[in-house]
Amino acid sequence: MSKKIRIATTSLAGCFGCHMSFLDIDERIVELLEHVEFDRSPITDIKHCTDCDIGLVEGGLCNAENVHVLKEFRENCKILIAVGACAINGGVPAMRNHFTLKECLEEAYIHGVGVENPMIPNDVELPLLLSKVHPIHEVVHVDYYLPGCPPPADAFMKVLTDLLEGKEPSLPKEILHYD
Amino acid sequence: MSKLPPQTITIDGQEIPFEDGQTIMDAALAADVYIPHLCHRPGLSPHGSCKLCTVEVNGRSASACTLPAASGQEISNNTPALKEERKTITQMLFVEGNHFCPACEKTGDCTLQAVAYHLDMLDGHFPQFYPRRELDASHESIVLDRDRCILCALCVRASQEVDGKNVFAISGRGIDAKLIVNSESGKLGDTDLSTEDLAAHICPVGAILIKEHGYEVPIGLRTFDLHSIAEPGLEPVILRKGKNRDE
Amino acid sequence: MKGSSGTAHTQEFPNSHSGSNHLLHRLYLLQQQFYHIPAKEIPALANELDLPVSQVESAVDFYTFFHRTPRGRYDILFSNCTSCGDLSMMDVLCKHLNVIPGKTRDDGCVSIASTSCIGMCDQGPALLVNGRIITRLTARRLEQIAAHVDEEIPVLEWPVEWFEVHDQVRKNGLLLSAPFEVGSALRAAIQQGQESVLESITASGLRGRGGAGFSTGMKWKFCRAATGENHYVICNADEGEPGTFKDRILLTSHAHEVFEGMTLCGYVIGAKKGYLYLRGEYRYLLPELEAVLARRTQEGLLGQAILGQADFDFEIEIVMGAGAYICGEESALIESLEQKRGVPRVRPPFPVTSGYLGQPTVVNNVETLVAASYIAVHGSDWFLTHGSNQSAGSKILSVSGDCTTPGIYEYPFGVSIQRILDDCGATNVQAIQVGGPSGTLIAPAEFERKLGFEDLATGGSFMIFAQDRDLLAVIQNFAHFFAHESCGFCTPCRVGTTLLKNGLDKIAIGHGTAYDVDELKRMATLVKKRSHCGLGQTSPNPILDVLERFSHVIEQRLKHTEFEPHFDLDASLEEARQISHRDDAEAHLS
Repeated sequence: MSKKIRIATTSLAGCFGCHMSFLDIDERIVELLEHVEFDRSPITDIKHCTDCDIGLVEGGLCNAENVHVLKEFRENCKILIAVGACAINGGVPAMRNHFTLKECLEEAYIHGVGVENPMIPNDVELPLLLSKVHPIHEVVHVDYYLPGCPPPADAFMKVLTDLLEGKEPSLPKEILHYD
Repeated sequence: MSKLPPQTITIDGQEIPFEDGQTIMDAALAADVYIPHLCHRPGLSPHGSCKLCTVEVNGRSASACTLPAASGQEISNNTPALKEERKTITQMLFVEGNHFCPACEKTGDCTLQAVAYHLDMLDGHFPQFYPRRELDASHESIVLDRDRCILCALCVRASQEVDGKNVFAISGRGIDAKLIVNSESGKLGDTDLSTEDLAAHICPVGAILIKEHGYEVPIGLRTFDLHSIAEPGLEPVILRKGKNRDE
Repeated sequence: MKGSSGTAHTQEFPNSHSGSNHLLHRLYLLQQQFYHIPAKEIPALANELDLPVSQVESAVDFYTFFHRTPRGRYDILFSNCTSCGDLSMMDVLCKHLNVIPGKTRDDGCVSIASTSCIGMCDQGPALLVNGRIITRLTARRLEQIAAHVDEEIPVLEWPVEWFEVHDQVRKNGLLLSAPFEVGSALRAAIQQGQESVLESITASGLRGRGGAGFSTGMKWKFCRAATGENHYVICNADEGEPGTFKDRILLTSHAHEVFEGMTLCGYVIGAKKGYLYLRGEYRYLLPELEAVLARRTQEGLLGQAILGQADFDFEIEIVMGAGAYICGEESALIESLEQKRGVPRVRPPFPVTSGYLGQPTVVNNVETLVAASYIAVHGSDWFLTHGSNQSAGSKILSVSGDCTTPGIYEYPFGVSIQRILDDCGATNVQAIQVGGPSGTLIAPAEFERKLGFEDLATGGSFMIFAQDRDLLAVIQNFAHFFAHESCGFCTPCRVGTTLLKNGLDKIAIGHGTAYDVDELKRMATLVKKRSHCGLGQTSPNPILDVLERFSHVIEQRLKHTEFEPHFDLDASLEEARQISHRDDAEAHLS
């Protein structure tokens, strides 16, 4: 039996919507699992990557931990795919880029409606926030992009199937959407 | 006496007739040949700023929307090289502004988005600029969201040439260029723009929107769910959908 | 009027240009009076000039010298040109006066910032203070300037020697050594008649001296033949290409020839009105230029019935620019003259058929008009005694940079680059930027090439860089210049010049890879091919030239990794570190 393709997935500064959309492949996952094995992923709960063929990264970079995870993915995955609007252009989290970090934190934790005991959370275990949210291609080389918010399940299937067949992934117009 | 043969230009090897006074874009659209464009709209004076319609004419670069058609022009339009360059120009527009499609009321009816799909654009490629741009909701019926403005100046021209007004203008220089309105306060609410104006409906993206109309058409039935931007005769469809009514 | 220095800035240039209602002039007056353009002044001005409010607003935001927030009572601008600029001096003066560059000091007294080349490349470093130029800055001079600001001495009372701008003509040539009798060109023209003058200009082979090199005779011929109620002559004195200062000398010491050339053109094309569009940085020339105009009018060389000719009326108006390099492009200049932003027009139609106010217009460079004056007097054969096959006559060069003797050099076209270097005392040369940042960067292997439209063309700028110059910093300077000066009309230039600037910065600070070089090259090629006008089309030249001829300059700065992030990861945590007061290992990224 030939070795299965190893796929790792993660959501950085993402809402997990892309992961949910991926799971919308429904019963097709059974067939898929004949050919692939999931490595580090919320689906498996494996905490760190081993040698992987494909990395699916949802979400952009908003804090130091995101950067560490992204680098681990880039190091361990032969092919890295930016999945969804946030990984590709920053998405919703990047809307904070029009304000300073201080303004954002104060709005959320000091001046926000309904805040009690106003205080910006601070603990060595909390990853520090980057000044701006960035798409992942600004920090590592990305091999492919899967646009959508989220990309439809069919788009995941098309790209993974292409890669499994050793083809250059392509998206037909019907499943190419940015929204 | 025999009739004079029509004057023609050649686009990708195909002979296209033209009349005196027509630009390459005019002749192409009349012959149902699609040249990607954003700042061009039949009925308004050509502008030449977006540069999506860039073509090669006898080996030289030209903007199809402003260059007059002339006998002997051999034009390359639908080539892989031009597609790549147009894709890059589109990516430049995407990274310059704040074009977040999932949260935009124009998604699915947006010409910028549709052109990007047509060119198989998957990402913005360049680092995003994330400019801080001003939203103007002062008008009782119309919103001006500059995050999405691509400086095509269609609204400027529509207001001047069709509406008989002068509501919009482009101000500033370079990367700081921006859309402004012609009122003392600088607010849209203090202009004479009305929802009856062409300028209120001409915006190809989600920068000028009619209030209280958004997401009225389900996904799957929006303009560009049903059509490709490259389809001939789409202009009236785009304009109709621009009025944000489900027809 | 504010400020204990007491004087309104209009007194910096007393009596000049009064009565003009041109939008740029009125905005200049407001800027001087209020140190900025107050928002509430705009509707009143728009109303008075019968312009839409949005047109006035868009001009305020377009031109560098108009500001929305107050500048200091001492508004100081250091040139950032590679020849006449020295930003380390800007930092020194900022320290002396406790000013943050670009930000007006809290007491409103002084503001210090940088600006594009001000045309003092042979006598830099230089700065503008309240619109007046101080040359040959030294550490001592900076201390003195700081002291004068501290004591709030009005700029008009500062030592006159500080403001001296010298004509440093190192080598005369065909034009600069020829004598000129005021009025002689017009007398010759009237004697010959319009057709004959036109033939003479055409036969002389004179081509535009601003850089583009279009046949002057043809331009005048097309314009003369074009139909229009009024014809216009415009002298392009916007001299904004960094490293160019030759028109400055002509305007300073040969103003009669300039105005006579304009009038001559008017005679040929049937124009009654001419405009001198003078760059704002040369405002100090305005009083003397207006005096020359007044003298010429007195002597019957301007105004009605010139030299007694009944149908020969011609008057000249000077319009000052307000800090925008793009206004040196002829159609953008016309837009500016029409009181709008300087955005280049769609061509065709060309100015000769549809120019100022849609009327047939000739736009000529200062030097071109001077040459025309001399040709009218001495004939086309005289002009043809100098030059090469396709480049008749001489070229006045402004030589600057790393040489012993910067200044003005006039050569016949066809002169070799090496000859110029020998004459100006340039040894150990690494590279020369011929024609300014929009021109060509050449290496020593090419120093036998010739100056001329057949080979190396230039509007006059000739900037020399010695071996010890950081050439990457030079083209970085150029990339920043173009991004700053792009008019913003078309996508490739508006966005592309910023992408090129950012991409080059990334390489210059040591975070570039081979991938970044490829990206730079790809963007440079696109901007060059697809931009709307000459600015965009030439802006990538320095980058492309360095990649072709000086690739080691880039390569030695590259990191040999596959990919470098587009921003400094650790620096992007600095804000969070400050807010959380953390400095542990997890508070940093490598």
